[in-house]
Amino acid sequence: MRKMYRVRVQILPKEGVFDPQGQTVKGALEKLGFEKVKEVRLGKLIEIVLDAEDESQVKERTKAMCEKLLANPIIETYQLLDVEEVS
Amino acid sequence: MRCAVVVFPGSNCDRDAFHVLKNVFGLDCHYVFHEDTFPPNEFDLIVLPGGFSFGDYLRAGAIARFSPVMESVREAANRGKFVLGICNGFQILTESKLLPGALLRNKNLKFVCKDVHIKVVNNATPFTCLLERGQVLRMPIAHGEGRYFVSKDELKEDQIVFQYCDERGNVTEDSNPNGSFLNIAGMTNERGNVLGLMPHPERCCEEILGNTDGRKIFESLITHFVRRQEHEAN
Repeated sequence: MRKMYRVRVQILPKEGVFDPQGQTVKGALEKLGFEKVKEVRLGKLIEIVLDAEDESQVKERTKAMCEKLLANPIIETYQLLDVEEVS
Repeated sequence: MRCAVVVFPGSNCDRDAFHVLKNVFGLDCHYVFHEDTFPPNEFDLIVLPGGFSFGDYLRAGAIARFSPVMESVREAANRGKFVLGICNGFQILTESKLLPGALLRNKNLKFVCKDVHIKVVNNATPFTCLLERGQVLRMPIAHGEGRYFVSKDELKEDQIVFQYCDERGNVTEDSNPNGSFLNIAGMTNERGNVLGLMPHPERCCEEILGNTDGRKIFESLITHFVRRQEHEAN
């Protein structure tokens, strides 16, 4: 039986790619007195709801989506954060 | 020379490009909708115009890249037809992997709209054959995501066609409007028939606009095309 899942993917700028948004947020945090902040990187969080047979199929399909469209491997890395069954 | 200007939802420089090709250079020019395809020998030049295709959602060019028309563009490029990507068109070409690298948010996070100077660093391409190496052109830019990035192992230096510079041709940090790696403003593919650039040559082809530096790119292309045809005829 097919079930419905919610999966969350995190996309971040790759190490070595300058991230001016992260840099600006870091500066703002420092100004607010959070001076021990070493690094801030800003990315995207994508939530997808899909039908699948099981969790491993969800992971496989989400990975394919990342490779094909959601992330650009030249500048970004992606990570599946979690998979959750929804009704 | 038969030309196509591709129209994506959100393209906004398609008419400018069409006007220049048709009315300034008198070429046979056609619009091609992003959902359509065309045979690989149909057009000699395909222009991917500036704009915000698909709202620039996800990443600029990331969604446009999967339009049906892009399969035709890829096949035409493989056959050696000219492909010119201007601004958003450049972003679509990098997302399509027809050109190396990627274009990121400008370093200062601002949309930059102004005239810049660019230097011709490679005049061995069909797009620059009438220009001198080191020649400085003035051209308008208007983009928020123009910071060119490419990894060192992916970069082949002779693929750099234009670099941002000052009016004397010095490639400096101050003259880099968006934080591009090596001040890169325009790149070509290994074969030299695909060019992507952030500046807008189609916006500076007429005296009435106060600048005709963009003409040289189109004139180069036309000259190269005519020479190649003559060569093939002999």
